[in-house]
Amino acid sequence: MAERSFKSEVRKLTAGEGDVFHGEGILAVTKALLQSGVAYVGGYQGSPISHLMDVFADANDLLESLDVHFEASASEATAAAMLAASVNYPLRGAVAWKSVVGTNVASDALSNVASGGVTGGAMIIVGEDYGEGSSIMQERTHAFAMKSQMWLLDPRPNLTSIVDMVEKGFELSEASHTPVMLELRVRSCHMTGSFVARDNRRPPLTVAQAAAAPVRDVERIVLPPANFLHEVEKVEKRWPAGVAFVRDNKLNETFGPDEGEIGLIVQGGLYNNLNRAMELLGLADAFGDSALPIYCLNVTYPLIPEEVTDFCRGKKAVLIIEEGQPEFIEHELNTLIRRAGLETRIVGKGPLPRAGEYAAHVIQKGLKSFLEEWSPKHAPAPAPVSAAPAPAAVTSLAAEVPARPAGFCTGCPERPIFTAMKMVERELGPSHVSADIGCHLFSILPPFNIGNTTMGYGLGAAGASAFKPKDRRAIAIMGDGGFWHNGLTSGVGNAVFNKNDTVTLVVDNGYSAATGGQDVLSSRADSKTRSTRNPIEKAARGVGVEWVRSIDRTYDLKRMKDALKEALTSPEKGPKVIIAQSECMLNKQRREKPLLRKAAQAGRRVSQDRFGVDPDTCTGDHSCIRLSGCPSLSIKPNPDPLRRDPVAHVDNSCVGCGLCGEVSHAAILCPSFYRARVVTNPGRWERFVNGLRQRIITTLQRGAERRLAARAF
Amino acid sequence: MTQQRDRLCIAILALGGQGGGVLADWIQSVARSQGQLAQGTSVPGVAQRTGSTVYYVELAPMPADGRAPVLAQMPTPGDVDVVIASELMEVGRAMVRGFVSAERTTLIGSTHRIYAIAEKSAMGDGRADSSKILEAAAKRARRFVGFDMDAASARSGSVISSIMFGALAGSGALPFPREAFEDAIRASGVAVDSNLKGFAEGFDAARQPVAAPDEPAVPTPEPTTPFGQALAARIRARLPAAAHRNALLGVQRLMDYQDQAYAALYLERLERIAALDQPPHALTTETAAALALWMAYDDTIRVADLKTRASRAARVRGEVRVKNDQLLSVTEFMHPRLREICETLPAPIGRRLLHSTAAEKLLGRFFTKGRHVETTRLRWFLMLSLLAAMRPLRRSSLRYQEEQQRVEGWLAEIQARAPSQPDVALEVARCQNLIKGYGETFDRGLSSYAKILGFIRSGAPTADDIATLRRAALADEQGQALNAELNRLGAAA
Repeated sequence: MAERSFKSEVRKLTAGEGDVFHGEGILAVTKALLQSGVAYVGGYQGSPISHLMDVFADANDLLESLDVHFEASASEATAAAMLAASVNYPLRGAVAWKSVVGTNVASDALSNVASGGVTGGAMIIVGEDYGEGSSIMQERTHAFAMKSQMWLLDPRPNLTSIVDMVEKGFELSEASHTPVMLELRVRSCHMTGSFVARDNRRPPLTVAQAAAAPVRDVERIVLPPANFLHEVEKVEKRWPAGVAFVRDNKLNETFGPDEGEIGLIVQGGLYNNLNRAMELLGLADAFGDSALPIYCLNVTYPLIPEEVTDFCRGKKAVLIIEEGQPEFIEHELNTLIRRAGLETRIVGKGPLPRAGEYAAHVIQKGLKSFLEEWSPKHAPAPAPVSAAPAPAAVTSLAAEVPARPAGFCTGCPERPIFTAMKMVERELGPSHVSADIGCHLFSILPPFNIGNTTMGYGLGAAGASAFKPKDRRAIAIMGDGGFWHNGLTSGVGNAVFNKNDTVTLVVDNGYSAATGGQDVLSSRADSKTRSTRNPIEKAARGVGVEWVRSIDRTYDLKRMKDALKEALTSPEKGPKVIIAQSECMLNKQRREKPLLRKAAQAGRRVSQDRFGVDPDTCTGDHSCIRLSGCPSLSIKPNPDPLRRDPVAHVDNSCVGCGLCGEVSHAAILCPSFYRARVVTNPGRWERFVNGLRQRIITTLQRGAERRLAARAF
Repeated sequence: MTQQRDRLCIAILALGGQGGGVLADWIQSVARSQGQLAQGTSVPGVAQRTGSTVYYVELAPMPADGRAPVLAQMPTPGDVDVVIASELMEVGRAMVRGFVSAERTTLIGSTHRIYAIAEKSAMGDGRADSSKILEAAAKRARRFVGFDMDAASARSGSVISSIMFGALAGSGALPFPREAFEDAIRASGVAVDSNLKGFAEGFDAARQPVAAPDEPAVPTPEPTTPFGQALAARIRARLPAAAHRNALLGVQRLMDYQDQAYAALYLERLERIAALDQPPHALTTETAAALALWMAYDDTIRVADLKTRASRAARVRGEVRVKNDQLLSVTEFMHPRLREICETLPAPIGRRLLHSTAAEKLLGRFFTKGRHVETTRLRWFLMLSLLAAMRPLRRSSLRYQEEQQRVEGWLAEIQARAPSQPDVALEVARCQNLIKGYGETFDRGLSSYAKILGFIRSGAPTADDIATLRRAALADEQGQALNAELNRLGAAA
C-alpha cells in the first residue's frame, strides 16, 4: 500500500466529453492516457513520478473495466521492454519512470524498441528530476532521445497543453513508427489545474486479443541484417515522417509579434518561467501577450528546420532558453542556421548559466543581459524588481540559517542499523561502505556520516565488489527495493560467483519506502493484485549465499551489532548477507494509529510507549543525538539557570520505537532517558495493583521530602 | 499588452510532515470558492523526509474574456505577496532566498524553533541565533506577523497547518472573508473541529503584535530557612553583587545535593576567588556557577535521588500527558559499571576493589549489560531510594575524594592566574564546562580537561588560546581538533 492514496481522486478519471477536470498533473496525464485508448501501462516509481504509479495502482478497477493492462514493473528496464507489445501490434502503450536514472536502467530496451520501430503508439513518460528538490545527478534525458532517436515532448506547463501533447504524442509515434518521450518536469507532476476532458477510449485492440493472434516480422528484430536497415529507415523514413507530423500539426507554437530584430526560442516546459521573467521586465503581460517574438518548442527533439529558419530569418540574434547541459538544442540551432545560410546569431549559454535550474529570476537575469547586448531598446531600466537587501546582510543571515538535510523519519527502523554500524566502527575501525539508493542513503549525512560511494539503485553490493581485502571486509548496503530491482543478481549473485568476501546488509522494511511506500516482492502485506511475502533470505540462499542472518527487529541494537561484528570477523569465506527487518515506521504508524485510536475509544486496553529525558541529569553533551538523529529527539533551553548548554528533549511526536533506551544501554551514555508506558482502559486488577504501589511509593517520597525540607535553602 | 498585476503569489516554507501540502490545498480551495483561479505546485521527493520544502500557490482573478493567465511554478524573488513559514529558521531561509521584499511581502512566520541536526548534535551549544532572524524579519518584510505557532497548536489541540491557515486569514493578506476560509476547512472534511479550533487560534494570534516565544526565567532563590538566610547574608556581605545570583543558586543547589556544611564549603572556596577578583567581577560570577556544578557532580547517589523524587514523577506525568484514568509506568535505562559502584563505596574499599583483577573477575559480569529500571515498581523504587539514602555517607566515598581533589586543583590554577592574568583565570574557570555526562562522555570530557590544564601549566597561554582549545575540545568526539590545536599552539610556544 502506497504512502498516498488516490482512491478518491481516481473517480475523476471517469470524466466524459466536455467535463472540466480539476486535479494534479499526474492525474491529468493518467486521464490523457485513457482518452488516448492505451492498451497497457507500466513503470517504476521514483520522484517526481511515484504518484503516477500510485494513481495507476489505485485506478486498477477502472483500468480493468477498460481492458487496460497495468503492471507495477520490476524495474525501468522491465517497463521499457514492455513496449515490445507495440512493435508488432497496433497497441498503444505507456510506461513511466524517474529520469535520468530510470532512463539509464531502461536504455537497453529503449535502444531495441527505437531501432526496430513501433506499430502502435509507444510513450515513455519521464519524470525529469532536475533542479531544486532533485535527489540525483543532474543530467539530461535529451541525450537518450537523440542517441536512440525517440521524439522528446516538453509541453508548456499547463494541464491543457500537457493532456493535448499526450494525445498528439501517440499519433506522432504511430505516424513516424518511433517511440515518444514525454518530459514531465518536477513541478508539473504535482501542479494543480484544470482542463476540459474527453471521453475515455477503450483500446481498439486489447493485449489479450493481440496475444491470441501473434504476428512475427523478423525485420523488426535487432539482428543483422535488420539492424543496419533500421538505421537507414530511421533517417530516411521515420525522421522525415516525424518532422512532417510535428510541423503539420503545429505542435510547436509562436507568440508575440511576427517580426522583430531579435527573438526567443524556449523549451515548452520553461515557457511559464520565461513569461514571468518577461512580465517582471515589462516585456509581457500576465496572459502571455509578449513584446518579443517567441518560438516555443513543445517538441524539443527533433527540431523542425523550416520552422527554425522561418523564425530566425531577418533577426539579428535569437536567445535559446535551454535548461541543462550539454546545450544540444543550441548546437543544433547553430547547425540549422549555418545550413540555411542565415546570419542570425544564436545566443544561449553565456547570458544564461551553463548549469542549474532556469527559474524565472535566472531567465530574467539572462534575458536582461541578452537584450542589453542585442536590443538595448527592449532592455529594461536598471533595478526592475525590488531593491534587494545588501548582499552582505543576506550573507550574514545565510550564515545563521542552518542547513536542513533530509533524514530518517521519527522511529525509522533504519536508524538503529546505522547506530549499530557506528558503534561497531568505533570498536573494529572503519570499513569501506558502499551505499545504495533509498532512504538508507541518508546514512551518509549527519549524524551518522556512514557511506563512501553510491553507484545506483540496487548496486550497493556491486559497488563493493572491487574490494577483496585480506583483513578488513567492505560493507555494502542495499534496500529491499534495490534488492528486487536488480541487486539480487548484480550484487548478491555476483558476489557468490566471484567468491567475494564482503558483507551485504539488506534493509528490509517491507516497502519501496523512499519512493512512497509501494509494495515489493518481499512486502509483508497481503495484496489482492500482487504476489508478496517472498522472503529475501530465500532468494539470497537461492543464488548460493551460505552465510545469511535475518534480524527481525532492527531496534535490537545488541543483535544488530553482534551480527555485524560476526559478519566482519567470521573466518568463513564468501559473501555474508545480513537482512535487517522492521517495518517502515511511516507506513506502520499510518496503519496502526487509527486502529489504536479506535480500540481506545471502544474501551479496549491500549498500551503506548514514548520516551523522555530528565533535564536535571542531562548534561547537554548530546552523544545520544549523535547516535540517533531522530526528529523527535531534540534539544531545548536548559532549565537549570547555572547551565548554558541545551538539554536533550523528546517531543510528543515520539512513537516509542525504543532506540533511545537501547542506545543509552549499548553506548553506556547517561541515565537521563526514561520510557513512559501509558495504558488506556487498564483492567481492574492492573488498576488495583498500581494503586497499591503508588500509595507505598508516595509514602516513601513524603519521607524523602521531609529530609529534603530539613536541608532546604 | 496590458500592464497589470492582480495575482497573488504565496510561498509556503515548511518541513516535511508539517502539513504544508494541506495548507496549500486549503488556500486554493478558498480562492476557488471566491471565484479565483488557483494553481499550486510542490516539489515531491526526499525533501519531504524531514527536510525543508517549498510549496507555491498563485491566485488570479478569473479573466472575463476567457484568456487564461500564465502562472509560474515557483516563487520569484521580489514577486511574492505572502510568505508563510512554519518555523523560525524557515522564516530566515525565506529571506535568504529573497522571497521576502519590503515592498510587497506579508511574512507570516512561527517564532518557535525546530532544531536542525547540526544544532542538535553539537557537543555543547550549537543553536543558531534566533534574535537575528526576528530582527531581519521585522526589517525586511512589508509586514511581519510572527508568533509561536507550535505553542498555539498545543493550546488548541490542533496541527500547525491550521494555525498557519488561521494566521493567513487573520493577517488580511488575502481578500477573502473569514467564513470562506473556515468553509475550506469544512469542505476538506478531515478533523474539522480541531482544525477550526486551530484556525481560530491562529486568526487571533495574527492580530497581535509580534511576540517572541517566552523563555521562562528562573527567579533568584529566596532563602526560607534560618541556615539558608545565614548563607544568603554571608553572600551579600562577602561577594560582589554581580555574583550574588549565581552564588545563591549555587548554595541552594549544594544544600539540595548534600547538606548545609557542603554549601558552606562552597562559599568558602568561592570567597577565595572573590578576594582576588576585580570589577566587573566576571571571574567570581563565572566561578560561582562552575564551582556549584562541579561540586554537585552526578554520582549514583545523586541520580537515584533525582529519579525517585515526587516532583520528578509529576514532571514526567505532565510531559507525557497522562490522563487521570490512564496508568503510567516509567522505566529508566541505567548501565552502572563496576567503576561507578566502587566510586560510591568508602574510598579505601572502593580503591582496592577498583584495582583488583579478582574483583573484576568476580563482579564484572554483573555490570556488562544495561538495566531496565522500572521506578514505578516497588523493587526498583526501593533500591534507588536506598541508594539515595546513602547521601550522608557520600563524603567518605572514593568519588568524593577524587572530585574534591580535582576541584582544588582547578581552583588553585584560577587563584594562581587571577592577580596577574584575570582573563586567563576566567578562561580556566570556564573549562569546568568540558567535564560533563557519565561513562564514556565523562571520560572524554575529563581527558580534554586534563590536556588543556596540562597545556596551561606548561607554559604561558593567553586567554584566547584557552578559549580556542575549549572550542576545539567540543568540535569532535575523537579529540582530533583538540590535538591539532594543542600541536599548533605547542609548536608556536
